[in-house]
Amino acid sequence: MADLYYTEEHEWVRVEGDIAECGISNFAQEQLGDVVFVELPEAGREVAQNDECAVVESVKAASDIYAPVSGEIVAANDTLEGDPGLVNSNAMDDGWFFKIKLSDPSELENLMDTDEYTVFCKG
Amino acid sequence: MSDSEDLLKTPLYDLHVRHGGKMVGFTGYNMPVQYADGIMAEHKWCREHAGLFDVSHMGQVKLSGADPAAALETLVPGDIQGLGINQQRYTMFTNAGGGVLDDLMVLNRGDHLMLVVNAACKHQDIAHLEASLDGVEVEYFPDRALLALQGPEAAAVLTKHAPEVANIPFMSAIDITLAGAQCLATRSGYTGEDGFEIAMASDAAEDVANLLLADDAVRPIGLGARDSLRLEAGLCLYGHDLDETTSPVEAGLRWTIPKHRRESGGFLGAERIQRELAEGPSRRRVGIKPEGRVLAREGVEIAIDGAVVGTVTSGGFGPSCDHPVVMGYVAKGKTGDAVDLMVRGQARPAQIVKMPFHPHRYYRG
Repeated sequence: MADLYYTEEHEWVRVEGDIAECGISNFAQEQLGDVVFVELPEAGREVAQNDECAVVESVKAASDIYAPVSGEIVAANDTLEGDPGLVNSNAMDDGWFFKIKLSDPSELENLMDTDEYTVFCKG
Repeated sequence: MSDSEDLLKTPLYDLHVRHGGKMVGFTGYNMPVQYADGIMAEHKWCREHAGLFDVSHMGQVKLSGADPAAALETLVPGDIQGLGINQQRYTMFTNAGGGVLDDLMVLNRGDHLMLVVNAACKHQDIAHLEASLDGVEVEYFPDRALLALQGPEAAAVLTKHAPEVANIPFMSAIDITLAGAQCLATRSGYTGEDGFEIAMASDAAEDVANLLLADDAVRPIGLGARDSLRLEAGLCLYGHDLDETTSPVEAGLRWTIPKHRRESGGFLGAERIQRELAEGPSRRRVGIKPEGRVLAREGVEIAIDGAVVGTVTSGGFGPSCDHPVVMGYVAKGKTGDAVDLMVRGQARPAQIVKMPFHPHRYYRG
């Protein structure tokens, strides 16, 4: 069972070993509305926690996506180029954005777990 | 979602909330940006069936007096005196520099004119009319509502309640009764589709809206889809594609200026507009189609061979086109030319294309 974390910017992080799969939460996709374009980072790029590293465009507006943790981008979900609507229909799984190889696992301690995030969204 | 107490409500506020409208502040009014279905679904519904829009925030203004048409022609370059009774025309208030103060619809009601102006500009427009027109009475109707019923099934829906609308052509008006209320319907809109704009007293608006929404073909449409529909139709949004610096010629609206008015002038800013008609404008509004799916929104620079030639004034995703759609002003470039859209520091290839992006389907009789 992978560990699931959330950021205050409504990204989710699913950690297995030293790989963090990242996307945006269901709450975020509902707020954004229909997603029509996602700009993803290149594999190999080093990112620091909270760096801008992707852009999600809905019919309403463009939103920056920040790296929830530091590390190297090891994969990006190219499926989203042809089917950005996956972010709406399956935000927590098929709609993932990128995977980061963790450089500092202690950063995960700054993030929220599912219960904390649920409370945060009701905020 | 802050719901500011300072925002005004249209007579349909409760109806919007009841239909799941996501309410946002827009030009001082609390308006639905979308309903539960979302912008994309609402947009497509309107293109395939019929959508009902609340546009009661727009300004309805009556001009009466000895000759309001001749007077109004001093402020707009359009042919107002040539309007037949119950004919409507699109034109714009120009300023002394030939820029656009607002764009508007003018309807000839025989003994008076009815204007529909943008919500954000209405108070300024009324002050402008009052200050500029001698012998014309300017009357603003804040207690009138305005609904738009748009889409290929709009005429079939409205005909069930008012058979007399069936054959009135685009840009004409007719008096009808809906839900027992006197209404003024014009065959016009802001989507590129066939449809109607229907004005009535505010206290009748909810009954009329409910009557139309009871039809399976009709769903409520928010401001979000209103914007993507007009963008696909290549129609200007004031404050974005038109402003006090852009002239009607630059904006590609020379078709709204008839020959006799081009020659004789007699409206604010005629000097610049006549010069641009003769010599060509220094920039012009164009449609742009990006090659990929990247969106280019207002403010994005447009470049040709590395040199900036203009700026995007409206851009978004076109749900019916199924690709991003962009309009902007360029100093050079013609239909078919390749341009780059400078999105987040990256040059994204695109092409200047003819507008509308989605064909108009007006009913011309």
